[in-house]
Amino acid sequence: MCGLGFIAEINGNPSHDLVDKGLEILKRLAHRGAAGSDPESGDGAGILLQIPHAFFQHELERRIEKELPLPGDYGVIQCFLSRDKARCQKQMRIVESVVRYHNQIVIGWRDVPVDPSVLGPLANGSRPTMKQLFVARVAPVQHFERTLFMIRKRAGRLVLQQAPDEDFYIASCSSKTIVYKGLALPEKLAAFYGDLADPNVRTSIAVVHSRFSTNTFPTWQRAHPYRLIAHNGEINTLRGNQTWMGAREALLESPAFAEHIADFKPIIRPGGSDSASLDNVVDFLVASGRPLPHVMMMLVPEAWSAQVEMSRDKRAFYEYHAALVEPWDGPAALVFSDGNLVGATLDRNGLRPAKYVVTKSGLVVMASELGVLDFEPEDVLEKGRLNPGKMLLVDVAKKTIVTDDEIKREMASRQPYETWVEENKIDLASLPTLPKTPMPKEERETLERAFGYSRELVRVVLGPMATKGEEPTGSMGNDTALAVLSDRPQPLFRYFKQQFAQVTNPPIDPIREELVMSLTSCVGGEGNLLGETPRQCRMLELPHPILTNDDMTRLDTSGLPDFRVARVASLFEASGGEEALSAGLEELCAAAIAAVSEGASIVVISDRGVTKERAAIPSLLACSAVHHALIRAGKRMRCGIVVESAEPREVTDVALLIGFGAGAVNPYLAMEIASELGSEKNYVKALKKGLLKILAKMGISALSSYQGAQIFEAIGISEGVIERYFPGTASRLSGIGLGEIAREALLRHSGAYAEGVYAWRAEGERHAWSPDAIAKLQRAVRAEDSESYEEFAKIVNEGPHVNLRSLWDLQSSRPPVPIDQVEPANVIVRRFATGAMSFGSISKEAHENLAIAMNRIGGKSNSGEGGEDAERYGTDRRSAIKQVASARFGVTTHYLASADELQIKIAQGAKPGEGGQLPGHKVDEVIARVRHATPGVTLISPPPHHDIYSIEDLAQLVFDLKCVNPRARVSVKLVSESGVGTVAAGVVKAHADSVHVAGHDGGTGASPLSSIHHAGTPWELGLAETQQVLVSSGLRSRARVQIDGQLKTGRDVAFAALLGAEEFGFATAPLIASGCVMMRKCHLNTCPVGIATQDPVLRARFRGTPEHVVRYFFYVAEELRAIMAGLGFRTVDEMVGRTQHIVPKAIQGEGLGAEKARALDFGDVLQAPDEDQPLRCTTKAAQLQPSELDERILDEARLSLKYREPTTMRVSVTNADRAIGARLAGEIARVYGELGLPDGTITIEATGTAGQSFGAFAAKGMLVVLEGDANDYVGKGLSGGIIAALPPRRSKFRACDNVIVGNTVLYGATSGKAFFAGRAGERFAVRNSGATVVVEGVGDHACEYMTGGTVVVLGSAGRNFAAGMSGGVAYVFDPSNELALNEATELERAPLDAEDVEIVRGLVEEHVQYTRSTRGAALLADFATAQRRFVRVVPLEYKRALAKKQASESAPPAFGGSETA
Amino acid sequence: MTHPRGFLQIGKKKERERDPQERARDWLEITLPGSSDEVREQATRCMDCGVPFCHRGCPLGNLIPEWNELVSEGRVEDAAVRLAATNNFPEITGRVCPAPCEASCVLALEEQSVTIKTIERTIADAELVRGLVPRPSPHRTGKSVAVVGSGPAGLAAAQELARSGHDVTVFERDDRIGGLLRYGIPDFKLDKTSLDARLAQMRDEGVVFRARTSPSKDDLAPFDAIILAIGARRPRDLAVPGRELAGVHFAMEYLEQQNRAVAGDPVEAQIVATGKRVVVIGGGDTGSDCVGTAIRQGAKSIVQLEIMARPGDARGAKNPWPEWPLVLRTSSSHEEAAATGALGREFAIATSGFVGEGSVRALAATRLDTKEDIEIPCDLVLLAMGFVGPEPDLATSLGCELDARGNVRVGADQRTSVENVFSAGDASRGQSLVVWAIADGRRAATAVHALICSKR
Repeated sequence: MCGLGFIAEINGNPSHDLVDKGLEILKRLAHRGAAGSDPESGDGAGILLQIPHAFFQHELERRIEKELPLPGDYGVIQCFLSRDKARCQKQMRIVESVVRYHNQIVIGWRDVPVDPSVLGPLANGSRPTMKQLFVARVAPVQHFERTLFMIRKRAGRLVLQQAPDEDFYIASCSSKTIVYKGLALPEKLAAFYGDLADPNVRTSIAVVHSRFSTNTFPTWQRAHPYRLIAHNGEINTLRGNQTWMGAREALLESPAFAEHIADFKPIIRPGGSDSASLDNVVDFLVASGRPLPHVMMMLVPEAWSAQVEMSRDKRAFYEYHAALVEPWDGPAALVFSDGNLVGATLDRNGLRPAKYVVTKSGLVVMASELGVLDFEPEDVLEKGRLNPGKMLLVDVAKKTIVTDDEIKREMASRQPYETWVEENKIDLASLPTLPKTPMPKEERETLERAFGYSRELVRVVLGPMATKGEEPTGSMGNDTALAVLSDRPQPLFRYFKQQFAQVTNPPIDPIREELVMSLTSCVGGEGNLLGETPRQCRMLELPHPILTNDDMTRLDTSGLPDFRVARVASLFEASGGEEALSAGLEELCAAAIAAVSEGASIVVISDRGVTKERAAIPSLLACSAVHHALIRAGKRMRCGIVVESAEPREVTDVALLIGFGAGAVNPYLAMEIASELGSEKNYVKALKKGLLKILAKMGISALSSYQGAQIFEAIGISEGVIERYFPGTASRLSGIGLGEIAREALLRHSGAYAEGVYAWRAEGERHAWSPDAIAKLQRAVRAEDSESYEEFAKIVNEGPHVNLRSLWDLQSSRPPVPIDQVEPANVIVRRFATGAMSFGSISKEAHENLAIAMNRIGGKSNSGEGGEDAERYGTDRRSAIKQVASARFGVTTHYLASADELQIKIAQGAKPGEGGQLPGHKVDEVIARVRHATPGVTLISPPPHHDIYSIEDLAQLVFDLKCVNPRARVSVKLVSESGVGTVAAGVVKAHADSVHVAGHDGGTGASPLSSIHHAGTPWELGLAETQQVLVSSGLRSRARVQIDGQLKTGRDVAFAALLGAEEFGFATAPLIASGCVMMRKCHLNTCPVGIATQDPVLRARFRGTPEHVVRYFFYVAEELRAIMAGLGFRTVDEMVGRTQHIVPKAIQGEGLGAEKARALDFGDVLQAPDEDQPLRCTTKAAQLQPSELDERILDEARLSLKYREPTTMRVSVTNADRAIGARLAGEIARVYGELGLPDGTITIEATGTAGQSFGAFAAKGMLVVLEGDANDYVGKGLSGGIIAALPPRRSKFRACDNVIVGNTVLYGATSGKAFFAGRAGERFAVRNSGATVVVEGVGDHACEYMTGGTVVVLGSAGRNFAAGMSGGVAYVFDPSNELALNEATELERAPLDAEDVEIVRGLVEEHVQYTRSTRGAALLADFATAQRRFVRVVPLEYKRALAKKQASESAPPAFGGSETA
Repeated sequence: MTHPRGFLQIGKKKERERDPQERARDWLEITLPGSSDEVREQATRCMDCGVPFCHRGCPLGNLIPEWNELVSEGRVEDAAVRLAATNNFPEITGRVCPAPCEASCVLALEEQSVTIKTIERTIADAELVRGLVPRPSPHRTGKSVAVVGSGPAGLAAAQELARSGHDVTVFERDDRIGGLLRYGIPDFKLDKTSLDARLAQMRDEGVVFRARTSPSKDDLAPFDAIILAIGARRPRDLAVPGRELAGVHFAMEYLEQQNRAVAGDPVEAQIVATGKRVVVIGGGDTGSDCVGTAIRQGAKSIVQLEIMARPGDARGAKNPWPEWPLVLRTSSSHEEAAATGALGREFAIATSGFVGEGSVRALAATRLDTKEDIEIPCDLVLLAMGFVGPEPDLATSLGCELDARGNVRVGADQRTSVENVFSAGDASRGQSLVVWAIADGRRAATAVHALICSKR
């Protein structure tokens, strides 16, 4: 999350100038970091330097009269010590004693001079004492760093035992590097640490970092750089990485560490952030003797699976190491240095920016942004960016830059990895199998009952999987009871919800970006991580973790003498209860441990053999219990775990088993059923697809890192069970214990085997929206029948327990107030909003009906992500909230400028972490026009916003939107999950005015069933967490909180307000008021009431009126008023956050549901608030200061704005000038609407390196010319303006080989033109729907999801070109036929025809005219030859749609035209 | 749902019936078996709603969308299995149920509901043709249950319990088993052969039927549990002058006699409408049955009186879908009467007395809207004004409490105030539909099973 960078002097000559330059980089990245409620306390900043020997020599002589040995012969321990004096002394003594224990010499302590006055109160309050200990070397020089490492580890351990303290921390301990870091603002770091200003402090390497904390609270220790790395990103697989590392500890052995290895455990220090944990491992592996680049390659490998071009030895390197260690996955830009080497690497996705400049004078600067240092143009040798998975290294000792190829070739040739892999990996498919016999029908049916397979499950879920190889789709969200509230026995799986990425890291598109994904699973025993032998990759290598019943036979009969498979029975006595289950688990774990002790390489946890007397242990419980028992026994890494069970059937089930440790799963009963319904092959295919999706929504690429990562949240399982069997799992609501789990398992089991009872049959679950509830509500709003509303509210409020709030009561010690003193309903309804439903997913009639109703009552309707017809702007049919979602459909400058609130949709309740798809048959003429698309062509929404890969990116988008429309509030929509509070805090720190927390159960559109049901948590949990975090971090007053998720009644609103929300979103209920009958057929376009359909016949059936919706909201408000009067509140504001008025109900009755409900402990959720802190938003919308420069531009354009007079202005820009031109663009759109001004009315000539979002939303009439270069998001949302970028006149490098604009350029552009004389980064023109562009080369994933416009690439294009492109046309200069198109997209690749030639030539001419491009000029010089080297790429679906259109209109095709918008 | 757009492309086709003129001359069922292709096509109109409103209508919770789908796929036999899962007697409900499911079908929003009842009947009839297969329990529990009354509630309970392995005895005071199904519903609506086939199946499943038996408290003592399904047979009377005149009869007396006659039994002094001017008081289903019976007997004229005002032809604003539509209904009997020109329907008429000497000559009444007094000449008056409750003797002798309306008081699981005594159907619910009776019977069976299994 953050800004990071390094600077190195290649020749290794240390200078103080380099320190200053490093600090300058830090300053220029300040906008990427954050500050909390205390604006003077940063989230953390720091710098890593080479040991400044001259400085220390002088200092020590002067201050403590000690002499230092020669450089390299001493180390410096940079200590954070206790604020308490006595304890500080004690800690110092311990550190000294450890130095002596390791036989080195203590030279002496030096106080680090600091100036606390530059810190904010929060930072100063937690400021540790800072001292440096100097240690003279006794150890041989090649072992000295390792000895210092051992000293640091032992000191840490002993302090923890003898003088523990939250302050104590060793920032660095090395003879080569030193780290200065802390909670100072980046620009204040040098003022705080006086040392940094001393001219004697000289270095040839500086690594800097400015932090934006989202996943943990900021502390002094958590500032970067760590000892070896600094990190921008987030490791999603942390839990798994920590667990596996812990498990490996038992097997670690190294002569280098000898008996000291005990001092290092745990390798990963508990309580550290993801980055700190990664540093711990890097640090440990480097100390053990592996070179730093080797370690980075094994921990953060690039994508190497089958579809990637790669040399054999490099692939073998990765394949070998895949058996040793799972990737640390998640977005990461990493900078690392050991004092001689400094380098950077990107993870396989490369979603974090890393840009570099090499100068003729011998400097290498790498940073998150370009322009962090100014260089004379003629001094620049090369400008570039790091590609996904690649590494850049500077070796100052050898005085050289090492390229990715060179480093990796060297590492790959360290050992004969290829031979090792070939000789040891086991390929299951090559093993023999026996002919398969299907399970007898009777047995199958008994098992179906025993494992709770309902007919509905078989029909709705397994059917489509087995026949079509697809996960089924549904719509209208989930209104069934949580598992823990259900009366029916639930599989244990249902108590766990998938987690997903929001804001802090981007989800991945596993279909369009499949090349980074991998389901490869290695199953078997690992060796000693510190060793490097062929034997370590003796494993079963599976292409995916699903084993068919045939595969199981292969395993059983493999007969490999050194690879034994042992089965352990996962059963328990059916006549018992809790004790029997507990005993069964004990037995199971003991058997597994014994099997491993006897040499098993694979343990199969099997519930085959269920009988009347012996029931199956829930497979998830069995798997996790064995996994953790083996870890505790120190035997986990000696074996792989396979689960063979009849229980798992849905994708989530398999994902859960893998997430809790299994390396492969054999769902044998589901396999049998699948062969019966369709085919096993289809079923496996569906599972694979689903697994990829689940990984991707968390932003994880590799199954091996997902394994054991426990990326799930438990809802309603007791702390005891979690601690014992699922340690480390997120759980905010404690509930059922082993007793209830046993009871549920046995209820199913006995149903299958009991005699004389009706056949046990799973019947429908309870739904919150019963026919009765719908009927009453519709009657109420149509017949104006308040009694009918009351009956509706009664059904909802007093009905069966389907959600957490139905287990709560309201209470108050306040005196009631007369109802006429409670604020009136027409005031309350202004807090109501309707949910984001796109025009496209619902009909024009239904969409506008909601808008009119909300405008009438002063509430807000939400446009959804499909844009809004411009003719609605300014009328009573407009939506006050305009959504900005990942696809940016119809997000024009005009759209943005006409909103009251701009909502950035990060995730949606029905399918968090996933993109959507609007099928072609729903895209009619009007929808296509509003979305800037082609009728009949499917529209794909990317899973992430391609301009939000991190929290600082979100801050940037908030900034962009505020620039383009300063009058609008900006809100950010999140989905409830564990950890949402921390994300919400980040959102508020990013200056959003409102945080929206959506519950998991909402959702109106179509989504995969597994996402509807198994991802996200109830809003009650998310809201409670959000409120608690915002209040405790002092941020609550700065933003409003809105929630949604199946709100239906005034009582629901009361609970939401008391838990901390001040605004309330409703989606399903107002739709029902408008006539929706919950057909759940939204995805089929057959909505019989004319809502979720574009079919004109069905739309004519729409009977809703605004009055219906208005009445509904007034009924809700009146119900709320009565509740408020009873509780003694006059206004909603008084209620917000008063959690103490909510009490858990005493649950009456018997039965499974009641029993489980009674087990729930709401203590955490209903924590009483800290009344001293503001509990609600008390400030107006946060006014963000737009940049001075942008204001000046607006000012200079006044005349043009008023009189349409031409204006030309010149400005100079730096990377701190962000969203240049957006302010002006917004004004043009506000005044002149979509049409804007005549082309070229306002010309802005800029020079320098522009900050992010340069030219964002540039409107028609603007011409923005940049001489220099620009960072990411150039021309974001371009709306008719023209942008050109060209290198400085004096620069000497070849423009077409160098990067001129960053990543994700022209994202969501709808019209306009752009010309770039140089290369662009990744995802060029992603989601372009109408702009015309010329560029001289692009990175990976260019033209992704493009739906319109024209892109001309005059140089090479990276991998995965045109993924998900469904419209527009791309022309690529591809002389050697290298262009790699995305394979999952249907594209036509053709030579240019005569018309194309004219189009391309015309555009290249225009390009040369705007940018003086030498490349363009060269092509034009012999265009006759050049034109033959171009290829045209057009999506087939688009071509067909155009042909169809042409046939019906007999008009010429639109593509190729310069402005298709 | 095999055909997502089926409802848009295929129109509703109602059940086919015989010509009214023709059918009014015999006692055979009025509906014709549907063509299987047509029924199959009609089944594809079901949208498999996310919230199946048809379930709201159906007390049995019939899995309507599921069997619709199976029928649309041509899997009628599989559909029968799903149908049997919730409904013991689909061949009966498929004929006589007023189909509240269809009224609440989402397609009824546009008055084009799925023809659920016809589909149900088609599935059930196919099963009858194949022959109902007994499903006796593979083991016996040794527990015994007495079911008093053999109407739909009692029979449903008996079948469920027998299939669970209990020894079930059904007592019926009449000469034949079937209660209202046997003697209350005219043959032109429900041919009794299907009932006989069902009873044969139940016998094979182990149910013991004891007709012509009114058990006493002592007779019932040996049973582990007792279910009172004795109906609500006390008819509502009309206490007006002239009630005692000859020619004024309760509808049920009249209908029962005709059913016996059709069954081939000799009926002494049968009340017949032949050549008479008939007045039917009461506008409900029983009234309609009287009209249809009178037509077949050759009545000279028929007037049906209803005390309530004439309902509208379409739903009112206060009666939105999916509520039961309060609209004017035209029954098959009305159609026959209209076709033969024999009927007058009058609304908002309050009968004030009967005129005549010895036997009735005319009916005196007041028009409630105009307050006008009128007289309707007639020779036969049939009172079809509903029922007021069960005959209470057996229930009270067993110690069961009655509720304010005189029905046997039960809880949600049909249990009475006495531990092992349950009650189901009209006896506890008051006069209602066959589907409710079946639903109650099934619920009672579940509760009885739980009770007697818990006592080992």
